[in-house]
Amino acid sequence: MTAAVLTRVRRLPRLRPGRLGATVAGTVLAVAVLACLLAPVLWPLDQSAIDLSQTRLAPSAAHPAGTDDLGRDVLLRSIYGLRVSLLVGVFAALVAAVIGGAVGALAGTLGGWVDRILMRLVDTIAAMPHLLLGIFIVAMLRPSLGAVVLSVGLTHWLSTARIVRSELLSLRHRPFIDAAVSGGAGRMRVLTRHLLPHVLPRLALATTLMIPHAVWHETALSFLGLGLPPHLASLGNMINDGRGSLLAGAWWASLTPGLVLIVVTLALAALTAHWRDHLDPRVRAELQL
Amino acid sequence: MTGRALAACQVSASYGSQRVLDRVDLHIAAGETVGLSGPSGSGKSTLARLLALLHRPDSGHVSLDGAAVTGTRHQVPVAMRTRVAILFQSPRAATDPRLTLAEIIAEPLRATGTPAEQARERTAELADTVGLTTDLLTRRPHAVSDGQLQRACLARALVHRPAYLLCDEATAMLDASTQAHVAAVIGEYQRRHSAGVLVISHDAALLARWADRVVDLS
Repeated sequence: MTAAVLTRVRRLPRLRPGRLGATVAGTVLAVAVLACLLAPVLWPLDQSAIDLSQTRLAPSAAHPAGTDDLGRDVLLRSIYGLRVSLLVGVFAALVAAVIGGAVGALAGTLGGWVDRILMRLVDTIAAMPHLLLGIFIVAMLRPSLGAVVLSVGLTHWLSTARIVRSELLSLRHRPFIDAAVSGGAGRMRVLTRHLLPHVLPRLALATTLMIPHAVWHETALSFLGLGLPPHLASLGNMINDGRGSLLAGAWWASLTPGLVLIVVTLALAALTAHWRDHLDPRVRAELQL
Repeated sequence: MTGRALAACQVSASYGSQRVLDRVDLHIAAGETVGLSGPSGSGKSTLARLLALLHRPDSGHVSLDGAAVTGTRHQVPVAMRTRVAILFQSPRAATDPRLTLAEIIAEPLRATGTPAEQARERTAELADTVGLTTDLLTRRPHAVSDGQLQRACLARALVHRPAYLLCDEATAMLDASTQAHVAAVIGEYQRRHSAGVLVISHDAALLARWADRVVDLS
């Protein structure tokens, strides 16, 4: 019996810390995404419904995370808020990837004055506080999901552009590109066959890393009242609304959406970091040999 | 000078303010093997890159079979570029890690519009010439040795049947038997197509054995 337990314990170290972290992060993320997908089916929510007889109830079996100052279930609204945040995060990261990828690819492949002009443009935009720039963009549009996506996407493509450009610059002078040119490959062939396939995984990684960042940005905009209309659940709206309840002793109204935000973005970041560590071809080669 | 030859005429090249070649002449006639020696940093590789039409000289020019080449890399017509092939010192750096050896060898053909079936036949034929088994052709660079990879690079260099082959320390990283085999394959190719070969090496004994004449860059 003891021996059997010992062998089982000895087998455990195979679950290395990195992999354990990734497993936990993956599970958290899977639960979060599943809850977001199933919520409208399982627990439909009338976003504008309020119930003044149920205000600021402490967490209980009926309301696992309590209710807010308008008698709405905090946990359920947090899930709906997370839906919005993830949606904005993913689409904003995609907008950033498209713009950043295009700018980086142009600068990295054409070089010369195109590169200089584009990169100075990037430096100029990077010099402005991007939250301020994002506020400026949403302020010009009507408050909506699309405005928030644009605001976050348009201010977050700079690092992606830099990553794609530097990756292309370092690839351009590698001997295997010279070998391809010497073999008769034209510009397009070199770009599509040899350069882009090396850059795309990096671009995908940069985009995924951008999602938690974009989620935080969306939350910040909503917290400032510039995101979604106030009656719609969003993590930022909820944290902001909950501030009033804090003084009345209802700590759960802000804490729950805050915790959801932190846990989910951390899980996303951890999973991406794990992926990044396995993306290096040298690491991959070691695993395969 | 007349006749078929790849020649550098009074070429100079520099990296920033560092001048590495100063009005150098080099002439490789068809069927001839020229050795190029010189200490590290004497510009041997730069000269090879100039001759391979990958790098533009600051002054002077490269001529291919009597025609002066203007421009560099993509500006050179494909028909001209593929008449000169270059074999680099490090096969690892000179191969795309994402492609299989078969794809690496066939790539110049595919890039210049040869149909897949024809490219496959030529790849099989060249793999046989350089001594690569069919099993190796399906592997990627990280799963083969330096020697095997350099054989694939040699096959790739010969795929267009170049009139001139530039070997930039191409055998320096190989063991003696692979070195001898690579040299034999190049020698055989040269006899058959009366190709001009440039051999760059630090190894005086290798050059004495292999080259018809040796040019020293120091």
